[in-house]
Amino acid sequence: MQRIDRLGVLLSFVGALALTLLPLIVFKTNRIVPGEPRALLDLLPATALALYFTLAAAAAVAVFIQSPRARLLAVLIGIAALAVAVASAADILTPAGNRVVRVAPGAGFWIVLIALGLLATDALTRLRPGPVLRVAMLAVFLAATLAALGSGFFDDLSIMREYAVNATRFAHEARRHLLLALGSLAAAVVVALPLGVLCHRQPRLRNAVLGVLNVVQTIPSIALFGILMAPLAAMALAFPALAALGLSGIGVAPAAIALFLYSLLPIVGNTVVGLGRVSPAAVDAARGMGLTDAQILRQIELPLALPTILTGIRIVLVQNIGMVTIAALIGGGGFGAFVFQGIGQTAIDLVLLGAIPTVVLAFSAAVVLDALTDLTRRVPR
Amino acid sequence: MIQIEKLCKRYGESTVVDNVSLVIEPRTMTTIVGTSGSGKSTLLRMINRLVEPTSGRVLIDGNDTTAEPAHLLRRRIGYAIQGLGLFPHRTVADNIATVPRLLGWSDDRVSERVTELLELFQLDPGLYATKFPHELSGGQQQRVGVARALAAKPNVLLMDEPFGALDPIIRSKAQDDLREIQRRFGTTVILVTHDIDEAFRLGDRVAVMSQGRLLQHDRPAVLLTQPADPFVSQLIGSGDKSLKLLSLTTAGEIAESGKVDGPTVPWSVTLRDVLAELVWSGAAAATVVGPDGDPIGHVTLASILARGRQAA
Repeated sequence: MQRIDRLGVLLSFVGALALTLLPLIVFKTNRIVPGEPRALLDLLPATALALYFTLAAAAAVAVFIQSPRARLLAVLIGIAALAVAVASAADILTPAGNRVVRVAPGAGFWIVLIALGLLATDALTRLRPGPVLRVAMLAVFLAATLAALGSGFFDDLSIMREYAVNATRFAHEARRHLLLALGSLAAAVVVALPLGVLCHRQPRLRNAVLGVLNVVQTIPSIALFGILMAPLAAMALAFPALAALGLSGIGVAPAAIALFLYSLLPIVGNTVVGLGRVSPAAVDAARGMGLTDAQILRQIELPLALPTILTGIRIVLVQNIGMVTIAALIGGGGFGAFVFQGIGQTAIDLVLLGAIPTVVLAFSAAVVLDALTDLTRRVPR
Repeated sequence: MIQIEKLCKRYGESTVVDNVSLVIEPRTMTTIVGTSGSGKSTLLRMINRLVEPTSGRVLIDGNDTTAEPAHLLRRRIGYAIQGLGLFPHRTVADNIATVPRLLGWSDDRVSERVTELLELFQLDPGLYATKFPHELSGGQQQRVGVARALAAKPNVLLMDEPFGALDPIIRSKAQDDLREIQRRFGTTVILVTHDIDEAFRLGDRVAVMSQGRLLQHDRPAVLLTQPADPFVSQLIGSGDKSLKLLSLTTAGEIAESGKVDGPTVPWSVTLRDVLAELVWSGAAAATVVGPDGDPIGHVTLASILARGRQAA
C-alpha cells in the first residue's frame, strides 16, 4: 500500500500556498524603496511553467516516495530550479546597464526555499550519513553554491548587486568575522581546558569557577561591551604601548575579550562533565599499572572526555559566529557591519548580505564539529 | 617474598587497616577475605602504594617499596580490579600492551607478547586483538583484564575482586584458569574477595580480615579446623565445614592403589564431588583415573569420610 508522508503533505501545502498567494519576485526602482511584486508567469511563461512542474514533481516525491535518496535529489533539483527561475526573472527585469533597479526574491521564494530546506534536512536525517560523508556533502554543497554564484548567472539579483558594490569590504569583513570567532575560541580553549582539568581535580575550585562563569554568561553581550569600554579605554590611555597594539575602548579588543569570556563557560563546563564521566575503574586501573598522573590525563582521561569537550567547543564556535555580528555595533567589524549598515539605510539586501553568510558559517561550523565529535566518540555510552 | 610489617592506614579518626603483619611466600596464591569495610582492599592497595600507609612498611623480595617512585613500582606489579577498568577507547591489543609500552618494550616484542597472552586466554588473536572492550562478553573482558595485568610478566599480581561481576558458571571457569596460570608461571598472587568459597578455592593461604585487623592467616584446612577467632568461624559458616574441608583435597591426593567396581572419577576432582558421586550411585568406592584416562587407584567412602572429620 502506498504510504503518504505527513511532513511531505504539510510542506507541499505550505509551498503551494506561498506560490499562489505571495510574490516570487519583487521589483524595486532603487535599493531602499519598498518593492512591488511581479508574477513570474507574466514575465517568463515557459520558465514559470517549468518551475511549477519541477516543484510539483518534488512535492509528489515528498508525499509519496519514502526513499531518502530520491527525496533529497528531488529537493535539490527543486532548489536549483527555484534559483534559476528567480535569476532569469532578474535578468529580464533589469534594463541593460542599469545599476539602480533591484530585483529581489520575494516572500514566496523564501517560504518555498525554507520548505525545501526542511525537506532536505529531513531526508538527510533519514539517510544517517556518517561523519565523513556529512562533511563531504557540506563541502560539495558549498562548492556548488559558490560556483553558481561565481558564474555570473545570479549577478542581477539584488543581493549579488549589493555584493558587487561591497566585494572588497566583504572579503575584509569575512576575514575579520572568522578571526574574531576563531581567535576568541582558540584563546578560550587554551585557558578553559587547563581550568576545566583543575576544576575536575578540585571540587571547591569547580563551584567557584563555574559560579563566576555562569554570572558572566548572564550578562547581555551589549552590556558586556559597554562594561569593557571604560577599563579598556583607561588602559589604552595609561599604557600607550597597549594602544599601539590596537587596544582601545571600542573596536576589536572589547569584542574579542567579550567573546573570549562568553566562550569559557561551555568549554570549562563540558571539560568538567567529560572528565567526570570517565570510568573511575579505568583511572584506578591506569594508576595501578603505573601510569603517571600526566599519562593518565593525556592517554585516558582526555581522550575519553574529548567528545564532550568538542561538544562544548561546538557550542562556543556557533555562539561566537553569531555573536560577532553584534560586535559590529562597537566597531568590531565582521558581517554584522553590513547588517547594521543595512538597517540604518533600510536596505534589506545589505542586511541579507551580512546575515546569510553568518548563518552559512554557523551551520558549517556545526556540521564540521558534529562530525569531529562523532569521529572521536568511538565508545557507545 | 612479600613482607608486610605493622602496616596501618588511618583516615582522620578512623583506622582502616590496623597494624597488619603478613608474610607471603613466593609462587603462592594468598586470598584476603573479609566483609566490606574490613580494610582488605586498602591493605592490597598499600602493597603497590595506590594507598600510602600511615605507618609500617612493605618489602618485596627484601626491598622496601618506598625505595622507588610509586609509578615505577606499579609497573613491576600486575594489577586487576573488579569492573576490570579496561580502557574503553583502546583495542584489546592496546589494552594488553599498556605496561609493556610503559616499560619501553620494542613494538615487535609487544605484539608478540599480546598474541601469546591472547592465545593463553583462549581468545583468537586474529579475531579479538582489534576489538574494543565493549564488543566483548563479560567473561572475555575479564580474561583481557587478567591478560593485561600479566602482560609485562610481573612476579606479583594483585587482584581486587577480579571475578565480582561474573555469573557463577563463568566465574568458576575463570577461577580455574587463574589457578592454572598461577601454577604455570609461578606468579605470587594476592587476591581480595568477600566470597569465602572463592577464598578457600583459590588460596594456598587465606587471610581473614575484620575491622582493619588481620584475624588469621593460614592454610584453608587450618582455618576450618582451628579457627583463631569467633569471627573466622562465623565467616566460614558452621553447617558445611566438613564439605568445605573435603573440597580442599582432590581424589588424586588420597587415591589408594587398585581398581574397584563403581563409578570412575578424574584425579583432579575434589573429595566433595567424589562423595556426591558415591552418594548418588550408592557405591562404596570409586576408581580414580589420571590425566591420560588410565586408572591410578581408588578412593573409598570411608577414607573420604575420615578426611572430613574435625580431627583431620
